[in-house]
Amino acid sequence: MYAVRQWSVRNSRKLEWLYQCFEGILIALHPIWLWIGYSRIEKPIRAVEKSVKRVMFDCQMCGSCVLSQTGMSCPMNCPKELRNGPCGGVRSDGYCEVDSTMRCVWVDAWEGSQRMRDRTRIATVQPPLAQGQRGRSSWLREVRKKRDRIFFQRDT
Amino acid sequence: MHPVASDPGQPLPILEGHVSAGRLERVLRSGKFAVTAEIAPPDAADAGAVYQRASVFDGCVDAINATDGSGANCHMSSVGVCSLLTRKGYAMVMQVSCRDRNRIAIQGDVLGAAAMGVTNILCLTGDGVQAGDQPDAKPVFDFDCISLLQTVTAMRDAGEFLSGRKLTTPPRVFLGAAANPFGPPLDYRPIRLEKKINAGAQFVQTQYCFDLVRLREFMSRVRDMGLTERCYMLIGVGPMPSARTASWIRDNVPGVHIPDAVIKRLLGAKNQKEEGVRICVEMIQAVREIEGVHGVHIMAYKQEERVRDIVEESGVLEGRIPWYPGVSNDQQGQQT
Repeated sequence: MYAVRQWSVRNSRKLEWLYQCFEGILIALHPIWLWIGYSRIEKPIRAVEKSVKRVMFDCQMCGSCVLSQTGMSCPMNCPKELRNGPCGGVRSDGYCEVDSTMRCVWVDAWEGSQRMRDRTRIATVQPPLAQGQRGRSSWLREVRKKRDRIFFQRDT
Repeated sequence: MHPVASDPGQPLPILEGHVSAGRLERVLRSGKFAVTAEIAPPDAADAGAVYQRASVFDGCVDAINATDGSGANCHMSSVGVCSLLTRKGYAMVMQVSCRDRNRIAIQGDVLGAAAMGVTNILCLTGDGVQAGDQPDAKPVFDFDCISLLQTVTAMRDAGEFLSGRKLTTPPRVFLGAAANPFGPPLDYRPIRLEKKINAGAQFVQTQYCFDLVRLREFMSRVRDMGLTERCYMLIGVGPMPSARTASWIRDNVPGVHIPDAVIKRLLGAKNQKEEGVRICVEMIQAVREIEGVHGVHIMAYKQEERVRDIVEESGVLEGRIPWYPGVSNDQQGQQT
């Protein structure tokens, strides 16, 4: 939903705060996830993530979510799927070179990022997308990463 | 010993502090004003056509850019053009676009090109497929220009593929990126340039510049961020053949910004083609005065034979004659 997606960018700061609270809860529930089994919860969590993020951001389920670094504008909606910033072809009115009916997702991302707590996160260099992660839950990926740091003091 | 090997089969030694054996890196690092130009790859399986198209630049450019399906149109590949021209000793900038190949193909091409004597690689995102003659093609974009820069930097400096697998001989290439100081979001453009430099860009060739006011603003921010100390800036310029072409390019080629004043000036001229060349010469002379500009990149599509006049009239080489194949010995004293 294009209109909702635009709303999300305008409210990037609130959504950033909301997600941080939500992620905190997911991590705190780690013992429960462990008890059920991470592989077993992947499917239901993925279903929830997909439907919520689809509405909010037109999420494409790339499995390596970077919304908190792109001003809550999903870079996978860029026809070139650029994850490191806008190409040189952006039209002078800020619309997309490929799809002239859509604002460049990176023009949105830049505006959204400047409303967020850490405005410099948009400068992070993103590695090429892990194509194998497509369709998987980014929420659980983040939880796994952070629980490893918190519970086991190791980086994965 | 003279720094230029006249035998293309004998690569130049890599100087201390340099990453490549190429002449472009030498010219830039020695503080000289560099000139590069773009060659139009032929729509032909013909080596002669490539040699002929390159020879128009003899003695007036420091390196030649071989485009990689520019505007998403199909032409001879940049690997092919570069492989032919390095045989003659030309300094090539191989353009790599992320539109047509995935990470496996691109890393392989980088190795192949470096083995064929390519010493400069320009990492680009690439135009969308809709812009070209084959809009039904599958757009790949497995890398973007920044992750591509990072990958090739790691291949060269860490000697490994993206997967971590080791290379036995890393590609010794000087790495470049493109920049468009004139496209929205304007505030973000300098940050994007910094990102490219952090990912490994050592030189930048910009989109066509027709708007000095915007360029100066961009350059002043880029200087304040200290980026001109970390990266060589080559400003893109080119002659417009007519006011009609200029308006068409402005409306149809993604990312080219041409102010009305330029189009009006072309319209008012008796000979629009000559006026286009004059605007280009004036632009080169003007950008040269901007602090932090290290060279120009001339894109003279379908007017390649005018590049020599443009360079000569602008006077930016100050009598310097860049090396070219077949140059006579008595001229060598003035070369780089």
